[in-house]
Amino acid sequence: MNKTLETVQAGLARRRRRESRFRWYGRIAIFVSLAFLAMLIVSIVARGHKAFWQTEIAIDVFLDPEELTPPTREHLAKADLTGLIKQSLRQMFPEVRQRRRKRALYRLVSSAAPYQLRDYVLAHPDRIGQTVRLWVLAGADVDLYQKGYVDPETPESERRIKDYQIAWLRKLESEGRLVLRFNRGFFLNGDSREPEQAGIQVAFRGSLYMMVVTFALSFPLGIAAAIYLEEFAPRNNVWVDLIEININNLAAVPSIVFGLLGLAVFIGWFGLPRSTPLVGGLTLTLMTLPTVIIASRAALKAVPPSIRYAALGIGASRVQTVFHHVLPLAMPGMLTGAIIGMARALGETAPLLMIGMVAFIVDPPQSLLDPATALPVQIYLWADSPERGFVERTSAAIIVLLLFLGIMNLAAVLLRKRLERRW
Amino acid sequence: MQPHTLFWMLLGLAAYGYYLGRKRALTVSGGEIRRLHSLPDYYGYYVALWCALPALAILSLWLLLDDKIILRWVLAELPPAYRNLPPDRLSLTVNVIANLLAGERQANTVDPALAEAAEHYRHLKQLGYHALTVLVFACATAALTWAHRRISPTLRARNRVETVVRIALVASSVLAILTTIGIVLSVLFEALRFFEMVSPLEFFFGLHWSPQIAIRADQVGASGSFGFIPLLTGTLLITAIAMAVAAPLGLLSAIYLSEFAKRRTRAIVKPILEVLAGVPTVVYGFFAALVVAPWLRDLGARLGLSISSESALAAGLVMGIMIIPFVSSLTDDALTAVPRSLREGAYGLGATQAETITGVLLPAALPGIVSGLLLAVSRAIGETMIVVMAAGMAAKLTLNPLESVTTITVQIVALLVGDQEFDSPKTLAAFALGLTLFVVTLALNLVALHVIRKYREQYE
Repeated sequence: MNKTLETVQAGLARRRRRESRFRWYGRIAIFVSLAFLAMLIVSIVARGHKAFWQTEIAIDVFLDPEELTPPTREHLAKADLTGLIKQSLRQMFPEVRQRRRKRALYRLVSSAAPYQLRDYVLAHPDRIGQTVRLWVLAGADVDLYQKGYVDPETPESERRIKDYQIAWLRKLESEGRLVLRFNRGFFLNGDSREPEQAGIQVAFRGSLYMMVVTFALSFPLGIAAAIYLEEFAPRNNVWVDLIEININNLAAVPSIVFGLLGLAVFIGWFGLPRSTPLVGGLTLTLMTLPTVIIASRAALKAVPPSIRYAALGIGASRVQTVFHHVLPLAMPGMLTGAIIGMARALGETAPLLMIGMVAFIVDPPQSLLDPATALPVQIYLWADSPERGFVERTSAAIIVLLLFLGIMNLAAVLLRKRLERRW
Repeated sequence: MQPHTLFWMLLGLAAYGYYLGRKRALTVSGGEIRRLHSLPDYYGYYVALWCALPALAILSLWLLLDDKIILRWVLAELPPAYRNLPPDRLSLTVNVIANLLAGERQANTVDPALAEAAEHYRHLKQLGYHALTVLVFACATAALTWAHRRISPTLRARNRVETVVRIALVASSVLAILTTIGIVLSVLFEALRFFEMVSPLEFFFGLHWSPQIAIRADQVGASGSFGFIPLLTGTLLITAIAMAVAAPLGLLSAIYLSEFAKRRTRAIVKPILEVLAGVPTVVYGFFAALVVAPWLRDLGARLGLSISSESALAAGLVMGIMIIPFVSSLTDDALTAVPRSLREGAYGLGATQAETITGVLLPAALPGIVSGLLLAVSRAIGETMIVVMAAGMAAKLTLNPLESVTTITVQIVALLVGDQEFDSPKTLAAFALGLTLFVVTLALNLVALHVIRKYREQYE
């Protein structure tokens, strides 16, 4: 007896050490996982938050009547607006004479400046003949420098922005002609080759349209399938079992395979146009359906049988029982599942690449059949662009996407908390 | 009338049918609803369904077929020079007509015969819409009148409506099967066409992957080679790295959270971990390509290792992070499914918590954990965006995680993004890869299900 006790006592310290070691493994694992998450978010926010601001430069443009009358869109399309901008830059820095320096000077402002000038003239035709102060977008290099992305320690030859350009910027700054403003263009513009002009409007609308299609199709279809499987399907039927196994398997099929399906069926067989939100939405519908069905079935299962018996007992038909009594009680759970499915669909990229939603599109889509991109696809496209300015844009687009996903998931959680009943 | 206006008009008509049906039911009952077989609403639905469904069927059938039929007519009337073209040239002609119709080309830039054909097409299509409008409205009103006439107190309207509802429910769940059949058929068809051009033997056992198809037949390396083995090793290498990250981290954090952590810690940490699963894969891809890969490369440079900037390690590492919550939530489920009595039995014998976990809980939960890991592997194999953005394109046959490798999914994307024709082996190879991917993940899922069904202990 004593011997056993001694053996146990002797081993106890070792066993306790092992116990605490084991706990620490768990703590470290959680810490590492959370650290990864923190790194992910911090690195993206650190890279992206400045993209919500944009450098703008004020230039004094003489609205030359010779060039600008009549102030119509057609005429201004042909007018030499770039020349007017260049002229005003030359007047601001009369000491610049060399050809190369002049070109560097013109690069201070974005190539979008003539369009801004055009819009200004169209809005204020009465100012023609005067010299006006116009805020235009700064060029990508200036924007990057102003936001502190250029390390002043690097030798001048390796910088895209030279010392004399920096001197001009200092001068502009001291005159109050160089400011960081909220970047409205990022939300209002379509895609562009120039980072300072690129925006997420097209991608945002494309995603929105696709979500509308996906929700409009997958929610009713998913609910209907779940109702059949949970309430009406005969038990122990081969066909019903087949459907159930099928749905569970579809939930685990890689998303890219759904893209191949969409490509072959919707584009190949039905001949729907490529790159459109309609095809994207249909493909995402097939992808999210299993998720919605599984969540809806769980919600239906959670409604206690007594509700059904009560309804059947007072003479309701089975269809009436389900639609009048069970379905309303299961609705919050179903909605939660649908929102989570939508959130997954919103972040999905691979199937959209398959159906050709990777085009370079400047004009926002007006209907479901206009070519568009989606937010995650836009992120992918920008991430591939070599210009440095796009790194910031990409991160900013990611922030927007994550915000939307966060809101959707939060809505799902709140919905569940507020509406779900415990029986 | 345009089809979508027609659609809304039809719905409006059906709503009117509902109103009429309900009103008539109330009239024929003579004010006493209990004389009716069904509630008055059902008579309304009955009429509305009769009004809408056949007409909708006609409408959708028409929209599905009209382009093809009209195109056939138009082509039949082209001059013989066009009619006798081989099919691929003919499809070019069709494209020209389509561009004319879409307004992307001006009529004066093409052969007048084609311009005329486009005009003819437009005319026929417009004519078709007129015919469709008449047909749909005739059908809808006829059905509406017929159903309306049939309403009598003995009509079993509820049963009829419920039959339609049940058919709709069955149809929606059959959609899941149709999706699977669609995946299998669409991918299989194209893959079979690929295997007509490239022998399956070469595809499954070839050691070289370079799908470039030469423009001229006599060019060097004209035939393009489709050996699948380098892609497979690349995929497995990245999956192995991902699992090496995700399995220990996921398992240990699940064990800690479900066995050691306080209820409050668990309530906070678990949802935060789940966030990792909600982050879109394209974000992970960006993170891998922009943060992890350069960091690894610099680290390697400092240690004297040359790490490629598109190394398998970076992609695998980030993919592992993505899978952590997947592993941990499945492990968590498996652990909670182990009954309390086993736990308490082990404590009663004097085991420490750690000993209980390693000696009792893990063996009991093993089937669940194994199937969870298998599902995680299947997800890693099918994951696309991380590898597209962070792994390379070069199909190297290597097991060195510091080099760049390519995967099945990367190649599918590479082959299908951009302009493409449906007949080249290059495009079709993507479907063959897709088929392999589908079969592999399906097999893994089935094995996972089987493991859980066969080896799970039934405690209750």
